[in-house]
Amino acid sequence: MNNLIKLMTKKTFLLLASSSLFLLSACNNSNNDDEVMVTPPPPIIYSYEISVTNLTQAQPMSPIAVMLHNDGDFWQVGTSASTALEKLAESGDNSELLDNNIILVSKSGAGILPAGMSETIMLDIQDNIPAKLSLATMLVNTNDAFTGINALAIENLAVNESISVFTNSYDAGTEKNSELMATIPGPAAGGEGFNNARDDVDFVAMHAGIVSQDDGLMQSVLTQAHRFDNPSLKVTIKRVK
Amino acid sequence: MKTTLLTAALLLAVPTSSAYAQQVEITVTNLTQGLYYTPLLVSAHNSDTALFSLGEMASPELQAMAEGGDISGLSAMLTNANATSVENPAGGLLAPAMSTTTMLDTAEGNNYLSIVAMLLPTNDGFVGLNSWKIPSEVGTYTFTLNAYDAGTEANNEVINGGGAPGVLGIPADPSGKNGTGATGVTMVEDNNKVHIHRGNLGDDDLSGGKSDLVNSVHRWLNPVARVTVKVM
Repeated sequence: MNNLIKLMTKKTFLLLASSSLFLLSACNNSNNDDEVMVTPPPPIIYSYEISVTNLTQAQPMSPIAVMLHNDGDFWQVGTSASTALEKLAESGDNSELLDNNIILVSKSGAGILPAGMSETIMLDIQDNIPAKLSLATMLVNTNDAFTGINALAIENLAVNESISVFTNSYDAGTEKNSELMATIPGPAAGGEGFNNARDDVDFVAMHAGIVSQDDGLMQSVLTQAHRFDNPSLKVTIKRVK
Repeated sequence: MKTTLLTAALLLAVPTSSAYAQQVEITVTNLTQGLYYTPLLVSAHNSDTALFSLGEMASPELQAMAEGGDISGLSAMLTNANATSVENPAGGLLAPAMSTTTMLDTAEGNNYLSIVAMLLPTNDGFVGLNSWKIPSEVGTYTFTLNAYDAGTEANNEVINGGGAPGVLGIPADPSGKNGTGATGVTMVEDNNKVHIHRGNLGDDDLSGGKSDLVNSVHRWLNPVARVTVKVM
């Protein structure tokens, strides 16, 4: 009987916790208060340390969005970008992406991650080992370039194990790569971020890189310094708990 | 990403103990159409040794290799760390699309492989493999490498023989397809840490312009090398 109550307490604690009446009556009916009053098992915390290094020459990254989830993904090559991804890729605003209902837990980096700099983001999740990790950020001196990790399987990552990933750059396909000052939000231009017009191919693909005024695109506000090649980030995902 | 996972899986399958020597055959292929590698440095070393770290400042030894192809400093560093190294396996420059093969008998504990060479013509570009754990399992392992920028010199793309650390300029273009008389692409390097090279810019003016490099000859996209490691 006591074992049964213990088992029940463990298994159904979350449901029963709100019902003080049940616990109270269980107490009264039991011959062994110690067993019944056993404290619920502490929640199991799974903890991940995500280290990101910006490998570009002069492309600051917008605040890094990190998402733990079990299903789905955040983009597909050849498919139209979601509005949330469009916002991230055109303006660096990750709020809508972080709000996706497939997400179990998510976090935004502290701020802009300049070229050559590294940042560590900690992410905890309770009682639910996540199947996948995704990460996204905008290369801000571009029209709509982004980079990241799309639904990387992490469920078999043991404590103290890590995976390193080098990320490629994608074009959201939602804004023409005019490189005009008015269209690029990064420090190289200070222009507009998101607008809901879609004047490009309207599907996600690998980015071909920027052209720049130094390479003959006279209208471009970008210089040779803003050119980039793959990969653009080094990301190390370590499970610490 | 699949490859990364596969690599991770392979690494996980390997016993952590490294208390035995291994014989490995290493082949490096220059995948570019217009870049030469200066003499390669191929080394098996311990886990505490690294020739470079992404997002960190280059060491003076790495700078000497990346700006002028001088591997003596890195080689001495490796010798001090009891590494097993091969210098210049190609017997000089490794031309576009060419391969070179060398053998390493790794001593106990030296089960991390690193490879570096300067890319010519660049200011401080290099091809690099950074502490790849050599699997203990017999087999053939193939992967590709990227081009890095040491972050120590502005990529002005002017060929003036400048190869010593701190001397601005590109030592030479072994292909001889370069231009001359360029004014220089830039005097600034925004990212002074080791990072992914943004590529040569070049131009189409052989007797002036901003760059002595040629935009239809001296560009590349990653990856720039293929490495095949045979563990015997």
